[in-house]
Amino acid sequence: MDDMKQMILDYIRKEYIDEDEADDVTLDENTKLISSGIVDSFSMVSLKRFLEKKYAISIPDGEATPQAFDSVMSIIGLVRRFRKEA
Amino acid sequence: MSDRFDYDRLRRELTWDGALKDLGLEPGGPVNIGRLCADRIVDLGRGRKTALVHEDHEGRQRIFSYLDLKTLTNGWAGFLEGLGVQPLDRVCLLLERCPELYISFVGVLKLGAIVQPLFSAFGDEALQQRAADSGAVAVITQHRHLGKVRKARERLPDLKTVIVVDHGPGSRPLREGEVAFDMMAHGVETRPVASTYAESPSVLHYTSGTTGKPKGALHVHGSVLAQYLTGRVVLDLLDDDIYWCTADPGWVTGTSYGIIAPWVAGVTQVVLDAGFSSDRWYQTIERHKVTVWYTAPTAIRMLMKDGLDPVRRRDHSSLRHMASVGEPLNPEAVHWGREAFGLDFHDTFWQTETGAIVVTNLPGMPVKPGSMGRPFPALEATVVDPVTGVPIREAGKVGMIAVRPPWPSLMRTYWNNTPTYLHKFLNGWYICGDRGSLDADGYFWFCGRDDDVINTAGHLVGPFEIESALLEHPAVAESAAIGKPDPVNMEVVKAFVALKPGFAPSVDLELDIMNFIRKRLSPLAMPQEIAFVEKLPKTRSGKIVRRLLKAQELGQEIGDTSTLED
Repeated sequence: MDDMKQMILDYIRKEYIDEDEADDVTLDENTKLISSGIVDSFSMVSLKRFLEKKYAISIPDGEATPQAFDSVMSIIGLVRRFRKEA
Repeated sequence: MSDRFDYDRLRRELTWDGALKDLGLEPGGPVNIGRLCADRIVDLGRGRKTALVHEDHEGRQRIFSYLDLKTLTNGWAGFLEGLGVQPLDRVCLLLERCPELYISFVGVLKLGAIVQPLFSAFGDEALQQRAADSGAVAVITQHRHLGKVRKARERLPDLKTVIVVDHGPGSRPLREGEVAFDMMAHGVETRPVASTYAESPSVLHYTSGTTGKPKGALHVHGSVLAQYLTGRVVLDLLDDDIYWCTADPGWVTGTSYGIIAPWVAGVTQVVLDAGFSSDRWYQTIERHKVTVWYTAPTAIRMLMKDGLDPVRRRDHSSLRHMASVGEPLNPEAVHWGREAFGLDFHDTFWQTETGAIVVTNLPGMPVKPGSMGRPFPALEATVVDPVTGVPIREAGKVGMIAVRPPWPSLMRTYWNNTPTYLHKFLNGWYICGDRGSLDADGYFWFCGRDDDVINTAGHLVGPFEIESALLEHPAVAESAAIGKPDPVNMEVVKAFVALKPGFAPSVDLELDIMNFIRKRLSPLAMPQEIAFVEKLPKTRSGKIVRRLLKAQELGQEIGDTSTLED
């Protein structure tokens, strides 16, 4: 779980947080991603694709909700569920 | 139907002159949107009334009265003047939905400068294109967007000052040409408002077209008559209303109806500065007792996805009127609104260029689910033949949606691009660029765009802008972008990409290209899907044929291919 957590955190830090603002943003597994505006609902698609590729899963569009993507913890829960189903 | 909204009576009685009188203005006399939003309400004895309830993503609230609005906007005007900003200079706003965004917008107008709102999620390329075209002299922003401004700045020769609204003791240092401004510490009780008139430029909003770079639709202070009157009649804004417009002021709905209309009407408005979540939205209605709600079909469809349970867990009994804008409102969304709230969502139609609502379902008017409604009663709108511009009388026959000029909020030109502006008129009508038909009762029915512009979640995205940015990716040799139908967003961007030698399609590359566009342009412009192709269909003159890609995508007839290369 720690590996997965770190990988997702690294990806979010690299792709969604401007290097100039990196010092101002606190990011951990419980940080609100969607409701705080770090990741917007459009950009969620690239995050979903990243997860699908990295963990060889397919997340149905209906499951890719703002709530499910609102923190790294909830994303880990989603990924684990679909890995199990796969 | 309530007599107050009797359509035929409104057709006879509703006039722009009536709005002029309501606002205490004289024909040909001074008019300044900033003064009408703040000072006039204070002068009417309502200075202590709440103008803005702002709530951030952590639930913290900041509340501003109309008196606050007056003094803080005076402070902004004085500060900008002190920096050397002159009337008619362009001032960009690149801000999240913080109070400084709403209040500086009004302050810029009170100075007589032209306010140019930009979507805060724009990347540095999108920002640079728009600020370079307008020749903006100042950008008002926050630390989190400073990186993009700095990247764009070397290609913005007219930009003199960058104003940072959230600079504090712990912030990273500012650079030369950057200044901090804490508006809360700089309120000014009285200050003369610029002497502007109905035709004085006010707001510059950029919008996308099929070809070329984004175009700046220039509006004037006199547009306020249309925003005020449509706010009163279509949104039914009354003195005691608590109003919530969910649009971002980076786009025209967020300024015409997220700043100007509610504040000129003197109502209290709520701003939620947080990402989308169904429960948070219902909580906002419940907590603030929102009475009038103006939102977008994409948002409604996102709420629908979460079902009725979250709605039923919250008290929304305060709501009395709901309206929608940005894309056609599908019948299912209207039916769902009735089930969820016991109210109709009233679709409204307008665009950046029209400055205010032109076709609408009025409160009390029977809503035909899926229809855009009827012309706003103070103006004339119809459907015309695309070649002759002659109105089509036959019910159900598709033509171009058109509005008869003049009306107060029609753009006055495209900035630096008058020839394109002039092409928007045919046979004495302003042509909106959307296809539609009229039924026997005079209701409009939307059929689609007449060009390749992509409408994603109510925002127009130009394919040319995306294609140009795609070509800057090191792996991309050729590119095309189309709108792919989407059940929630109406359309999403799909890109077709031919790769340069030495690059092979992969999921990694797809992700890299998606993120490249997101950062350079905006999340809205980011392709949600990328198809890697050997080559793109072109005419013999080398122009990429998007219509063929779109027809293939939709499984439609490809049509005439005689002009294609192969």
